[in-house]
Amino acid sequence: MTRLRRYLPAGIAFVAILALWEGLVRVFDVQSFVLARPSEIMASFVETSEVIWSAGLNTLIEAVGGLVIGVVLGVAVALAATRWVGVRTGLLPIATAASAMPIVAVAPIMNQWFTITSPLSKMMVVSVIVFFPVMINTVRGLTEVDPSQIELMESLAAEPRQILTGVRIPAAMPYFFSALKVASALALIGAIVAEYFGGPQDVLGQYIINRANLFQFPDAWAAILVASIIGIAFYLLVSLIERLVMPWHVSMRAGAER
Amino acid sequence: MTIGTTTGRTTGTAAAVEAGGLGKVFEGSGSERVVALQNIDLTVTPGEFVSLIGPSGCGKSTLLRLIGGLLAPTSGSLLVNGKTPHQARLDRDYGMVFQQATLLEWRSVRRNVELPLELIDTPRPERVTRAAAMLDLVELTEFADHQPWQLSGGMQQRVAIARALALDPSLLLMDEPFGALDEMTRERMQQEVLQIWTRTGKTVVFVTHSIPEAVFLSSRVVVMSPRPGRIEQIIEVGLGPQRDDDTREDQRFFEVITEVREALRRPDRPTGGERLREASS
Repeated sequence: MTRLRRYLPAGIAFVAILALWEGLVRVFDVQSFVLARPSEIMASFVETSEVIWSAGLNTLIEAVGGLVIGVVLGVAVALAATRWVGVRTGLLPIATAASAMPIVAVAPIMNQWFTITSPLSKMMVVSVIVFFPVMINTVRGLTEVDPSQIELMESLAAEPRQILTGVRIPAAMPYFFSALKVASALALIGAIVAEYFGGPQDVLGQYIINRANLFQFPDAWAAILVASIIGIAFYLLVSLIERLVMPWHVSMRAGAER
Repeated sequence: MTIGTTTGRTTGTAAAVEAGGLGKVFEGSGSERVVALQNIDLTVTPGEFVSLIGPSGCGKSTLLRLIGGLLAPTSGSLLVNGKTPHQARLDRDYGMVFQQATLLEWRSVRRNVELPLELIDTPRPERVTRAAAMLDLVELTEFADHQPWQLSGGMQQRVAIARALALDPSLLLMDEPFGALDEMTRERMQQEVLQIWTRTGKTVVFVTHSIPEAVFLSSRVVVMSPRPGRIEQIIEVGLGPQRDDDTREDQRFFEVITEVREALRRPDRPTGGERLREASS
């Protein structure tokens, strides 16, 4: 009941925007290659569902594959940076600087390195995009631990390994998950942008380009809708995992979301 | 480390804490040097309750951390149960309670108390029994499955005390444990700590900046002064082991409070010479 009440305003606003969009396009008789009507988009979404969901699945595989590679590498480097000061002082400034680089710019290079026809080339673009926020946030989580908790563990003569598993890793979880939520959105963006640079046709990026080139804008919009649904589902999944992994966190407490 | 070479086990009736000419200098960047402690002589006998009191910067927390083996002294000798503090720490000879309860928020109350036992790989059944006994001691049994944030500040600090006692250490080191609590809670906690002390016979070293707290709890009050941190005077409280709310209205209680206050007010004097003045009453 409270849940319904919470989401009701957003639901009403969403329907109102769609209605306004539909109405304005009809009233001013805007051509569909300028701006498609929601009803046209929905019609295309239903009609082409087989093609766009198959393309969506392929894009999703690239995004998830890249996300996994990027997250694994990011966490591994973060653990190394926590363990060895040399890694932290030598590598982190470079990594921070590198993260400012617009990474999609390397997509054509990745396409060459890892074969443009292989999904691996798109995964590599995604993994590079995902790597930096995950790594930097995880390092922060692992190192910016409440010093009194470290002192507590030292007073109990805990070994470094026990401090890592007992304090640093649990304390880093909130940082890790906030990075993972950002990364899951970036992964989908990265995959689609990498697809724009060429490769197999049965993916969202290429489908959108092709339909747009043919002035089939409702089809392009329908594919964008698929991408959005996948993106939202992705985010919700990560949030669910977060909830299961750290039920203790402040953000999970009853009423904390209001 | 430049301190005593004795690393052996407790021999006979070793003092709980034995400090001689103990000093600690923090080397800052460049030529910055902070003399945190200078020439500390202090003996704590087993089962004693000793408070360290003094203004901020007098090194009382530093002294506690030296005793706990969390910091290394730069001069003098220091033995805990006849061992180096480092060895005493590895032997889990002491439990520590900080100003903040420092509970791990991802663990339930029960599992926070179990933490020290987990670190030494105590089997689960024993861990559960031990944690239950400790929670019973601090009267928090029904909160065992709560999360730390669901507890009040005073209750959190009681969990921290239960955790410190989980390994049955001979020495309890407490660093302003009630500093963040309101006055009412504070007095109740003092009563509880006294009960735990009489029931368990632990040696307690207790850092505080509250004069009534130090006097109410301690067998002896060590008054310290800053820049450099040193012992100004050691005052025997002499209120007997049984203390309750009536003690707070006892004539002797006020006398000792006055004595501690005067020792704290004494103006800074150059170090060396006579540091331990007789109590002038």
